[in-house]
Amino acid sequence: MTLLLKNVTYTFPKESKPIISDLNLKVEKGEFVSLIGKSGTGKSTILKLITGLLKQAHGEITINGQPISLGDVGYMPQKDLLLPWRTVMDNIMIGAEIQKDLQLTKEDARNWLKRIGLIDYEHALPNQLSGGMRQRVAFLRAMLTGKEVLLLDEPFGALDSITKKEMQAWLLSIWQELDKTIVFITHDLEEASYLSDRIVLLKQNSVEEIEVPLPRPRHADMLHSSELVGLRRELEKRI
Amino acid sequence: MKNFFKTYSLFIVFMVVVLIAMEYLVQSDIIPAFIVPAPTDVVIHIIDNWRPLIFEHLGATMLEFAIGFILAVVGGVCLAVCMFFSKTIEKMLYPAVLISQMIPIIALSPIFVLWFGYTIWSKVAVTILMSFFPIVVGAYDGFKSTDKDYIELLRSMGASKRQIFTKLNIQMALASFFSGLKIAIVYSLVGATIGEWLGASEGLGYYSRRMSGDLNADGVFAAIVILTIVGIILFALVAMVEKRTLRWKETE
Repeated sequence: MTLLLKNVTYTFPKESKPIISDLNLKVEKGEFVSLIGKSGTGKSTILKLITGLLKQAHGEITINGQPISLGDVGYMPQKDLLLPWRTVMDNIMIGAEIQKDLQLTKEDARNWLKRIGLIDYEHALPNQLSGGMRQRVAFLRAMLTGKEVLLLDEPFGALDSITKKEMQAWLLSIWQELDKTIVFITHDLEEASYLSDRIVLLKQNSVEEIEVPLPRPRHADMLHSSELVGLRRELEKRI
Repeated sequence: MKNFFKTYSLFIVFMVVVLIAMEYLVQSDIIPAFIVPAPTDVVIHIIDNWRPLIFEHLGATMLEFAIGFILAVVGGVCLAVCMFFSKTIEKMLYPAVLISQMIPIIALSPIFVLWFGYTIWSKVAVTILMSFFPIVVGAYDGFKSTDKDYIELLRSMGASKRQIFTKLNIQMALASFFSGLKIAIVYSLVGATIGEWLGASEGLGYYSRRMSGDLNADGVFAAIVILTIVGIILFALVAMVEKRTLRWKETE
């Protein structure tokens, strides 16, 4: 499974200058790639192009050589967007309701809720959950769409630092176990360095790719390692 | 119940003061009884005439109201759905829906009598005309108010337009729809009453007009009191259904 963006250009309607110009990006199966860059460099737009929500003016986006279409990837936007009238379980099951061929039973969903510590909240409404819980449910919803590629748009951006650390560890454990391919957006350079195999630095007119020199599996102690601190400083300079 | 009194205690006190003041002013001959009746006289009128008032006149009004309201809800929701899915239908019919509210009902009602005669349908037509607008606008604006981010999320999962409508738009429209429905149910009752003023042989509108012709203020006010109580009950019923349907909002 390879996600490939080839010479992708996108211009917003009524804009003359493209926000993404001639972008090339290759993400291999099981890779964790973070997109970083200042606001307005098109990070979220890239994810929307990969989901098929936006259509590029030029270039092609493929998964295993096949042009992408809506429903091909799991997508978690910046806001958790849990449907407020649906219980936690019903929110998780919405992917299976939409894609009839998706083999997801309530029992599977229940097992996952158990694993992420939310089994007692199966029948709770989103407004009865904390920020971290909501993000976990939103992540589970994206993951249980069964797609190999997961696009996560600043999923932990609004969380406090303690919850954020917990969520990072949790995400890494699930990613390693399920061998998903993740494209992750963050403004947090430490987060990008800690989680990713590779970091794609988006600038106004260029793209830089940086390999993360940390071994797998990652653990919280590495946050203070000289490699990670050095990488973060390097990113600060380059961004 | 405690909440009810907390919310409405001031209103209840106000109404009691107004009724006592009315009673005093009329009983002391400060205001003639044919202008404003004493509340006790209105109650006595209702008790003395409860059988024809409830079974004959309220029954007739409720039948006109029920047919008109149900047709307005069904038609209004169908039109809102059609306008939501078709820009052409929206451009063609939305202005007509708006204009229907600009026409004075009193001016239009004789036309209904011309078309439908003095049958129940002339009253039903007025009822529909009165209640159609808030239902259409409530439902249509509700459908359109769906957050774009939610739509994108479902689209990213491969949802069809129909799936987005059933799983998202309908739920998102409910709050606005119920606001329209609460207005419409009260308007429907008013519509049925106005329809009866213009030509009927039974109904609370007809009764109040007949009593007015006899300078019987007790009778006029008796019909008004019954209509008001029924209107409050109908409004409360819709509010109750709304609360049950939108229970999730209470957790917000």
